[in-house]
Amino acid sequence: MTAYLKLDHIDKIFTRGAATTEVLKDINLTIEKGEYVSIIGHSGCGKSTLLNIIAGLTGATTGGVLLENREVNSPGPDRAVVFQNHSLLPWLTVYENVRLGVDKVFARTKSRAERDAWVMHNLNLVQMAHARDKRPSEISGGMKQRVGIARALAMEPKVLLLDEPFGALDALTRAHLQDSVMALHQKLGNTILMITHDVDEAVLLSDRIVMMTNGPSARIGEVLEVPLSRPRKRLELATNATYLKCRQRVLEFLYERHRFVEAA
Amino acid sequence: MNMPATKIELETATPAAAVAPVVAMTPKRPPRAETYARMARETAVRVIPPLVVIALLTLVWELICRRAGSALPPPSRVFTDTKELILDPFFDHGGIDKGLFWHLSASLQRVAFGYSLSAIAGIGLGVLVGQSVWAMRGLDPLFQVLRTIPPLAWLPLSLAAFRDGQPSAIFVIFITSIWPIIINTAVGIRNIPQDYRNVAAVVQLNPLEFFSKIMIPAAAPYIFTGLRIGIGLSWLAIVAAEMLIGGVGIGFFIWDAWNSSHISEIILALFYVGIVGFVLDRLIAGLGKVVTRGTAQN
Repeated sequence: MTAYLKLDHIDKIFTRGAATTEVLKDINLTIEKGEYVSIIGHSGCGKSTLLNIIAGLTGATTGGVLLENREVNSPGPDRAVVFQNHSLLPWLTVYENVRLGVDKVFARTKSRAERDAWVMHNLNLVQMAHARDKRPSEISGGMKQRVGIARALAMEPKVLLLDEPFGALDALTRAHLQDSVMALHQKLGNTILMITHDVDEAVLLSDRIVMMTNGPSARIGEVLEVPLSRPRKRLELATNATYLKCRQRVLEFLYERHRFVEAA
Repeated sequence: MNMPATKIELETATPAAAVAPVVAMTPKRPPRAETYARMARETAVRVIPPLVVIALLTLVWELICRRAGSALPPPSRVFTDTKELILDPFFDHGGIDKGLFWHLSASLQRVAFGYSLSAIAGIGLGVLVGQSVWAMRGLDPLFQVLRTIPPLAWLPLSLAAFRDGQPSAIFVIFITSIWPIIINTAVGIRNIPQDYRNVAAVVQLNPLEFFSKIMIPAAAPYIFTGLRIGIGLSWLAIVAAEMLIGGVGIGFFIWDAWNSSHISEIILALFYVGIVGFVLDRLIAGLGKVVTRGTAQN
């Protein structure tokens, strides 16, 4: 097994004045190329902090992140992030939002026309080409998140980081987008790391589920393989024994062994 | 997710109109007339009340000032006294004996100069203070004290420094209007959501691109609030400053009229000052609306 993305003994300690809080403790994880890994845990367990460390937006206190055996400690387009609240720039159109990243990443390698085509190609992938000249305020929440995904994909990241990407969406839109992401993963073979707190979402989408214990000092409690063949169909899986077993396993972890303690 | 539904409606609607254009045109006309009627009604609702109020105030003014020995002229006198000035704003008899257009344009030129300088410097300093904690700690107390100094208090100092009326007036406008621009820009920069900064970091924008593509558009609504307050203040300051420095300009025109006891001319000039100030304010507000159309909706 070759490690594509490797989290090596990551600790994170926040210091505010004299008070220090250890958020993450000794996080080790290796992810293979093309793998879809979810990180699940109760809110406040530091999973978003972990994603920020991988993205390079926050530094780890000790330990580090290796991508293709090279340490990465600052943000970059090789680890594009799809943010929870889409984070599209409201003064730019859908097209311009995607183009912003494309212009930076492919400034030398693609001509203007190629960059334009590449933006449209990625908007097509998420079925948003029809809204290219709309501003974010003129499209629905699900569409915004689609554009957010297109923006990240268009940077051709080595790892795609999804930070609770469907958290702010209604259940039907969420299911629709989950199917889209599954299809994209199938088609493009990206390496994806997703933060989530939705058990069904984690089991449906992931090859492996990383379950985190409660903070402070959150650790990786358990890693669960999801041995379901792809493409996966939501309806068929509802009665699939393996699916149900995986789901059961995650639920047990979250609600029995590591029950959320209210503001301890 | 209701995109397909709307699409279908559009598709069914267009062929129907194409097949039967005559049918489509007859019902189209009455609504158009109706929209005009509605627009006229809406305009009337907005225009009639102020007109009524102005008419009433003019009437009251006329009644109060018409009796003999009144200190101020009634509106009818104002009009007859200043008829020439109103009808010919473009005359130029040399010196300061010019039409009101020339006085106003001289004042506006000073404002344009001073205000442009303060907009550039103000946004620059605002970005610095908003972006750097150390700049804020160092400069903010200074700004808070300096901004309370009344515009005219700067005038003797600037006359001493520049030894000329023109640059002094421009400096007074600059120093008066810069504070709200700095302070609002700084607040806008400080309020840029962390999300946008994260996006910029992931895309790896360099500082210059970050400034032009994220910072300025994100802070634009705040910047324009500052610019709008600034233009108002600079128009306030110019009239006062010109009274003292003399030469061509609406402020000195008023002072000159007072010295020659032409009270009607003062009233006419005040009317113009008000209108110009109002137009300037609307101009900046309109510009802000155009520039921030994306950001403000957020």
